[in-house]
Order: sequence, then C-alpha cells, then structure tokens
Amino acid sequence: MSVPVVEVTDLRVSFPAVDAVRGVSFAVHPGECVAIVGESGSGKSVTARTLLGLTGEEATVTAGRLAVDGVDASTFNERQWRSIRGRRIGYVLQDALVSLDALRPVGKEIAEALRLPWRRARRRVVELLDEVGVPEPEVRARQYPHELSGGLRQRALIASAIACGPKLLIADEPTTALDVTVQAQILRLLAERKRGGQALLLISHDLAVVAELADRILVMKDGVVVEDGPAGQVLGAPEHPYTKTLLAAIPGPGSRSTRPGEVVIRATDLVKTFGRRTAVDGVSFELRAGQTLGVVGESGSGKTTTARLVLGLLKPDRGSVEVDRRQVQVVYQDPLSSFDPRFTVRRILDEALEVGGTPRRERGRRSVELLAQVGLDAGVLDRRPLKLSGGQRQRVAIARALAPRPRVIVCDEPVSALDVSIQAQVLDLLTGLQAELGVAYLFISHHLGVVHHVSDHVLVLKDGRAVESGDAHRIFTAPSDPYTRELLAAVPGGHYDQADPSRRALPGREQHDRLVRPPVG
Amino acid sequence: MRRHAGFTLATVVLALMTLAALAPGLLTGGDPGGADALKALEGPSADHWFGTDANGRDVFTRIVYGAGPSLLAGLGATALAVVAGTALGLLAALGGRVLDELVMRLVEVVLALPTLLLALLVITVTGPGTVNVILAIALYTAPGYARLVRAQTMVIKRAGFVEAAVSLGLSRGRIIWRHVLPNAFEPLLVLATIEVGTALVAAASLSYLGLGPQPPAPEWGAMLSAGRDYFSVAWWIAVFPGVAITLTVLSITVAGRRLQRRVA
Amino acid sequence: MIRRLLTRLGASALVLWGAVTVSFTALHLTPGNVVDVLIGSSIVTPEVRAQIIADYGLDRPLPVQYVTYLGRVVRGDLGQSYQLHEPVVTAIGAQLGPSLQLAGSALLVAVTVSVTLAVLTARRSRWIQVVELVGVSIPTFWTAILLLTVFSFQLGWFPAVGADGFAGLVLPVIAVSIPITTLLTQMMRENLELVLEEPFVLTARSRGLSDLGVRLRHALRHVLVPAVTLLGWVIGLLVGAMVAVEQIFSRQGLGQLTLSAVTGKDLPVVMGVVLFTAVLYVVVNIVVDLLYLVIDPRLRSAA
Repeated sequence: MSVPVVEVTDLRVSFPAVDAVRGVSFAVHPGECVAIVGESGSGKSVTARTLLGLTGEEATVTAGRLAVDGVDASTFNERQWRSIRGRRIGYVLQDALVSLDALRPVGKEIAEALRLPWRRARRRVVELLDEVGVPEPEVRARQYPHELSGGLRQRALIASAIACGPKLLIADEPTTALDVTVQAQILRLLAERKRGGQALLLISHDLAVVAELADRILVMKDGVVVEDGPAGQVLGAPEHPYTKTLLAAIPGPGSRSTRPGEVVIRATDLVKTFGRRTAVDGVSFELRAGQTLGVVGESGSGKTTTARLVLGLLKPDRGSVEVDRRQVQVVYQDPLSSFDPRFTVRRILDEALEVGGTPRRERGRRSVELLAQVGLDAGVLDRRPLKLSGGQRQRVAIARALAPRPRVIVCDEPVSALDVSIQAQVLDLLTGLQAELGVAYLFISHHLGVVHHVSDHVLVLKDGRAVESGDAHRIFTAPSDPYTRELLAAVPGGHYDQADPSRRALPGREQHDRLVRPPVG
Repeated sequence: MRRHAGFTLATVVLALMTLAALAPGLLTGGDPGGADALKALEGPSADHWFGTDANGRDVFTRIVYGAGPSLLAGLGATALAVVAGTALGLLAALGGRVLDELVMRLVEVVLALPTLLLALLVITVTGPGTVNVILAIALYTAPGYARLVRAQTMVIKRAGFVEAAVSLGLSRGRIIWRHVLPNAFEPLLVLATIEVGTALVAAASLSYLGLGPQPPAPEWGAMLSAGRDYFSVAWWIAVFPGVAITLTVLSITVAGRRLQRRVA
Repeated sequence: MIRRLLTRLGASALVLWGAVTVSFTALHLTPGNVVDVLIGSSIVTPEVRAQIIADYGLDRPLPVQYVTYLGRVVRGDLGQSYQLHEPVVTAIGAQLGPSLQLAGSALLVAVTVSVTLAVLTARRSRWIQVVELVGVSIPTFWTAILLLTVFSFQLGWFPAVGADGFAGLVLPVIAVSIPITTLLTQMMRENLELVLEEPFVLTARSRGLSDLGVRLRHALRHVLVPAVTLLGWVIGLLVGAMVAVEQIFSRQGLGQLTLSAVTGKDLPVVMGVVLFTAVLYVVVNIVVDLLYLVIDPRLRSAA
C-alpha cells in the first residue's frame, strides 16, 4: 500500500491531572477514512489534536512513531508544526458557529489559510466555496458566520480546512451540532472528498454517523483503543463488550404494549407567535394516561414551544390546552441548569415533595424511595448536582419530577446531552417507570431513534405545523408525508430505508453489510 | 502554594488592621495627639518606628489610631450602598415595568457622573466630615449595586431552575425568597467585599483633599495630606500612611478574590 | 438603525435632564439661603443680589425656578461664579486645555500599554496578576506623591511643580494612567484568556497561524467590545484621578478648578463641572455605541 498520510504507534498523551491517551496506534492512507469513536473523555479528540501539534503546553506527548506524510514529527517544534497545519493536515471542528471567527467574513477566514496576496486569494476562496457546494460563493464569501445557515457555515469551515489541499482532513464531530437533514448533506460532502482521494480521520461519539463513511474503526474508551478493525467487522461482529454496548445503545424501535387510558392532555389548534415569527401554528394532539406521545422535529420546528404551552409557561395566542397542571411535571435536557446551584439533592427532592403535599416527617423516607426508583442510592442525598455525573443528574431530575406523583411528565430532550451508553440507560429507566407507575410522557426530541424507542404515538413538527401524526409504528414504517420520509432517510446508518422495511432496526450483526460499504483496499 | 501564602498574608494584615481599629491601645502605648515640638520631623528610629511628624507626633501611633476611622469609612459606605442598592435593584427587577424604567433611569443618571465629582458635589452641599464622606461614597456606589442586583435577578428569573420551580408548582413568593434572592445576593456580597477596598481608597482620597475628618484627627488620607508639605525633608510622614492604605486594600482584594473563586 | 439612534438620543437626553435635576436639587438642599449659597464666601453688592434673584427666579415658586434653571442650561448658560467673577462656562473653557492634554495623553498611554500587556501575558504569565493587584490597590494620590518625591525631589529628572511642556507632563500622565492601565489590562487579559479557549482560536491555529497571529488577528477584536464598554467608566476614573494629580503637581486644569470650588463653596462652578462631565459622558457613550457597530457585525445586522 502507499505511504500513509499519518502513522502513529503507541501514542501517549498525559496532562497534569489525567493520562488522556494511553498507547494508541493507527495509520491513515490516501483515500481512506479512519474513524475514532468514543464517548466524552475517551481521548479521541486529544488523539486528533496530537496530529497537528495542538495538544497545548500542559500536555506531554510521547509516541513510538509519529509520522506525517512519511516524515518523523515526534520532535517537531512549533514552527515545523505550523508548516503541517492547514498544508498537510486540515482540521474541522464540530460547530461552525463557534469555530469560525464571528467578527470576520467567512471569505477572510478561508483566505487566511491560503497565505496568498489578497487578489489571488479572493479568487481561490470563491473556487473553494463552490467546490464544497456553497451556492452564490461570491456573495457568501463576504458574509459573516451568523448570516449563514448551519449547513453553509459547516461547508465554509470545511472549505477553510481544505484550502491548501491537505492530504488528510480531520473532522472532529463534524455533524454533531447539525439538524439531521443537514447532517446527511455534510456526510455526503465528506464522502465525495474521500472518493476524490482525500484521506479522512473522523472523530465521533456516534457509531451511526461513522458507519456511513469509515473504512476502519477504532473504538476508544478511557484513552485506550478497545477495538480496532475494518468497519464491517467492528459494526457487524464486535468483539469487545464496550463496542457491543455502544451498538446496542443506538436507540431504535422499542416493544411497547401499553393500554391507553383516559385523556390527560388535550391540545386543540394551538397557535403561538413571537413577534413576526409563528412558532406553533395550529397544533392539536391528545395524550392518554400511561402512554407516550413523541414530538419530533428539527430545531425551530416548535417542539419546545409546544412543551412550554402545555406546562403553562406560555399562553397560547389561540387554541387551548386541557390539562390539570398540578398533575404535570417536567424533565429538561440540561438537568444541571434546572437545579438551584446552592441546593443539595436532599433539598431538591424535599422541595418537590413539599409541593406534592408530603408531610415534612415523611419526606426523608420518600426521598430515599424516589432515589431507589431511579436507580440511585441514598449516598447522593447530601451532594450537589454539580458533583454528579450527567446520567446521575438526569436521574435526580426524574426523581424530582416523580415526587409530587404526577400523571404526566413532559420530557424535553431528556437524553440529548448524555453520552450514548448513558442515553440507553435513562430511556430504559423512563420506560420502566411508565410500566410501573402508569405515568404518561409527552416526549420531545430531535432524535428519531430515541422517539421511536419510547413512543406509542408520534407527532412530526415542521416550522410550527404538524405535518404528520399517528401511531408510532405506522409513521416509522410507512410515513405518508414527504418531510417525514426525508427525515427518516437522513438518519445516518440507514435504519429507516423505505425500500426494505424488513431490515429496519438496530445496526447489528445481521445487517452490517447494509450499514457500510465494503472497505477500500 | 504561592497563592496560599498571599491569602495567609492578607488574612494576617486584615486581622492586625481590625485589631488596630478596635483596640489601638493594644498595639501602641503612645498618644496619637501627643505633640512634642522638640521631636518634630525625626526619621524612623527604635523609639519612633515610622518617625515623627511636623508636630513631633509619633507616625506609627497615629497610623494605628487611624485604622479605625479609615476602615469605618470603607465599611460604612459599602454597607450603606449594598443595602440601598439591593432595595433599588429588587424594586426594579420585580416591581414591574414602570418602576423598572424609573429606577434604572435614575441609576443611569448617577452612573453617568464621575464618581469623585459626585462625591465632591455632595460634600459641597453637606460640608466636610467623616459621616458626609461615607454618605457621598454610598450615594455614588449604590447605583452600581442596584444595577448588579437587577441584572442578577433578571438572569435568575429566566434561569432553568426557576422555570423548573414554576413547573414544579411553587408559589411566586416562595420562588423569590428561596431561589431568586439567595442566588442574586451571593455574587453581590463577594463584589461588596472587594469594593470595601475601593471605598476605603475613595474615602482616603477625599480626606487627602481636606474634605474628610478635620485635623488633628488621625486618619490615613489626612495624614498623607499633612505629610505632603514636608516630603522633600521627611518622606516618612507621607509614605507610611500610604503603605497602610495600599496594604489594607491589597489584602481586601486578595481575600475577596479568593472568596469569589470559591463561590464560582 | 434609525430606531436605535433615536433610543440612544432619547436616553442621552434623559441623562442630561437627570444631571440638571441633580444640580438643581443640590442647590436647594444646601443649607442656607439660595442666594448666599450661590455667592458662597464672596461679598456682593445689593444690586448683584437682586440680579441673582431675577436670574434664578428665586422670588417665584419652586417649579418655576426649576423650569427657569432648565431653560438656562439648555441655552448653554451655566451661570456666574461670584468668586471668580466670570461666567462658569468661561472658567471651564479656560481650564479645559491643560486637562484635555493630561487626560488625552494618559488615555493614550493606558490603551497602548494595556493592549500590549494583555496580548503578551494572557495565558502566559502569572506575575502580571500580582502587578494588576498592586496597581488597583495603590491610591492615585499616593503614587503621585511618590513619583514627585523620587523623580523630582530626589533624582531631579523632572521639574517639580507647575511646569509646562513635555517634561512637566510625564509624571502626571504616569500617575493618572496607572489605575486606568491596570483596570484595562486586567479586563482585557481575563477576556483574552476566555476567548483563547474558544473553538475558533483552535481552528485558526489549525490553519497554521502563529500564537501571536491568532491573538492579534482574531482574539484581540473579540476583547474590544467589553473594553470599549468600559470607556465611559474610564472617563469617570480619569476625572477623579485628575483632581488629586493636578493638585499635587500644581497644574492648571478642571480638577484644580473643581477642588478650589468645593473648598471655597463656589456651588455654581461645581454644578457647572457636573453638567459638563454629564455631557462628556453622553458624547462618549454615543461614540461607544458607534464603535460597537464597527467592531461587531452581529450588532450591525441586529441594528
């Protein structure tokens, strides 16, 4: 095979407080896509930054071999690293809104990498924007990041990374901040570049995203590669238990057998406008006791506004919500900000129990009971949420929601901020509690897999309007609205391929052949 | 480690200053008003650590006795400003739109005028003196606290945990008392701690300009002012009170910053 | 854009109106007969007394007096100083030159030094924090005295007092600029440290830009918005520092004028200076608002 664009053996990176990377080896060849997958803190991003010499001054980097384009880089000084950055290796960071300088036009950002006289640079900038599929490149080059849509911004960022024609493009969570349809476009763009001979190093927490592109996958956990192999093998026949957990954690359809009870929420023709923008435009739905209604949509679709209308935090301009608010509780996406920073878990639960009318002397016992219900032990009672892990915090939030014994819980993106393996645990907890307590969920998410996993009924929102609603199974297998179809088709990993409904499920052993293209080479 | 040392030092300085303010007699046996023309303008020695002033009074003794009025001015002005500022800020944040506009316009007018100038205006009206200096400083610092309390309260009003408390079903009064107030007050107290130093300097400046306590009262700013006419021949009269002010303010800032980091 | 401008002008008018009201209130809160308060410690003829009563409308009800006063201020008449025997506007005008010279130089020094220090020290050195701490703790009047003692009396490098020209400006400028420099350095350094953590900085470096290049080309501009916000406050700090410094170095200027007016109870002058600085503040803030638009394109499209 050709000379690898980068080659790393036994890479170790340590910071004063933590050994972030402990012995990682891999190589990326021209036209190949290698993916490093792991959850937060696994060391995947640090590994990527090492290839650019950007780990920071506090890091100690050692490696058996660290070669860029065949040249030993292990003893590079800052000046030598700078000659690599942008020229040999391009770098795309996750969210273009914060990865592009907000105070400069995107054209200037792209030109900065070129180091050409301005007149020539400007021509090249337009060419580059055109190359990454930005329409009207001359106009866009003069615009600022906030004036572009998420997809265009990400394309502009990619243009700035490939400006000097680097042999390797590192993409660190390139689609995480994007809506699912835009995500699909960006993945397509990266795939095109790969076909053009570009080597790719893809960093992601999401196996499904990686499955689209990668020829080779490394799974990292706590700074160590736990599994490494051709993509087909890692996705189809994983060996390490952690990889299996990650795969199993990709939520798909759940098996649901709840019997519908009486109506607990009835929303009729809700309309809510903010200034000139109509956030919710004629949305109606019903939620019955013991059931889950999933509300799906991309950002700006009006799903959170709908939740706030149900909670009574906003008043609808038209239409009505029939609900007993004393019976409704809520679980937020970011549990930490939903807790008073001065409060311990004990005080948080105590307050919720007080609202529910639990007498003072019984509250201690009930708190312990609630914690047990959400799978936490009484040891966390005197800790502050800041000191808990993300999963633990969300469990405390669920316990708080359960404290006044509600009949409905509004879950607003309850797992979006969590690592995938934790997501699955929290979703299982929610479904378990439903079976046990008969509580109904209004479940809001942008993630189709998650919604499919928990819902009996689904409501698809777009620009404030309900484009489709009905039985979850029906919508995920035979969507009638074109937008729903587009959403489903855009889900990476191709869980929802309309052409072959029999294969619509988790990526697993039996369908790895469909998930990934045959590896190159 | 060095940060720790700085904090320890600051604590020691503040403890000594507090002791000097509360019981000056414990630190020095001298008399702050004890003039002795024969000993005028003597340099630092074993008898007079910091030398003597133009009237032959012991500079060290006067600095010890000056701690009380100097600290009192800083503390008093800050306390007064915090109380008034909190009241105004809460009124603006929770009292509805009209009150908010009214209070904030008033605050903006006061903030538009240079601080020292406003103090000078107040003293022109009231005449010089310790109490008037405290009033003047409190008057121009209070709007700053009002603005902070209002901004904090506004942020907290929209914070996730307040929305969570609303969704939980807590009453408005309870949410304000239990969640909004304590969270708004914490950063205010930290800021106020540091601002005691600034107020102390402001008070000393006014005394230096001859607008604070009148001679022969021992106050650091006034002592500096008296030493000014002699500093080509007797530098110690002006230098040591300046050191006392700087050390105190420095210690307050160091201690306050540490508090800030711990809260944050 | 126009709406933003109008709101800004409206707010400015309110500040000025407030300042006039504060002055008027001060005049009436001062113990003693208003005429006596206005003339302070000077002695005037009965004709002048009658003239004052007529000018201020003191024989008429309070609201009328207020409107009379407001009307005069709007026409640019800040009254007469009976101690200086000249109109307040003339007195301020005469002292404005030396003060502007001192303030302008000090501001220039402060901005240059603090930008340099912040860019060079952010996330690089810790000693700067100690320097900042000392800088904000030292009273300006004391620094001025120390500078004078050491560099004029002991070393004789600079003229002691009352000198004009460049040599006489050096020490006062240093004394005035120290608190402003430390304040700006601290604010910009802390903000720079936050900005340097932002992903776009990492991205810029991944394009091959040097550390200094990133600081100058990208990060500095992000720090300018909060720095410019401080400008209004800095003006206040300047005026305050100048009162003490002008006195210590026996310089002519607004500070001296104000101080002698305060000690001599020359209220018309004090009121005039208050109104003058309020105008200054309003002008500075309009400039600040325009600067925001120059610096941050996001605000441009919002406007």
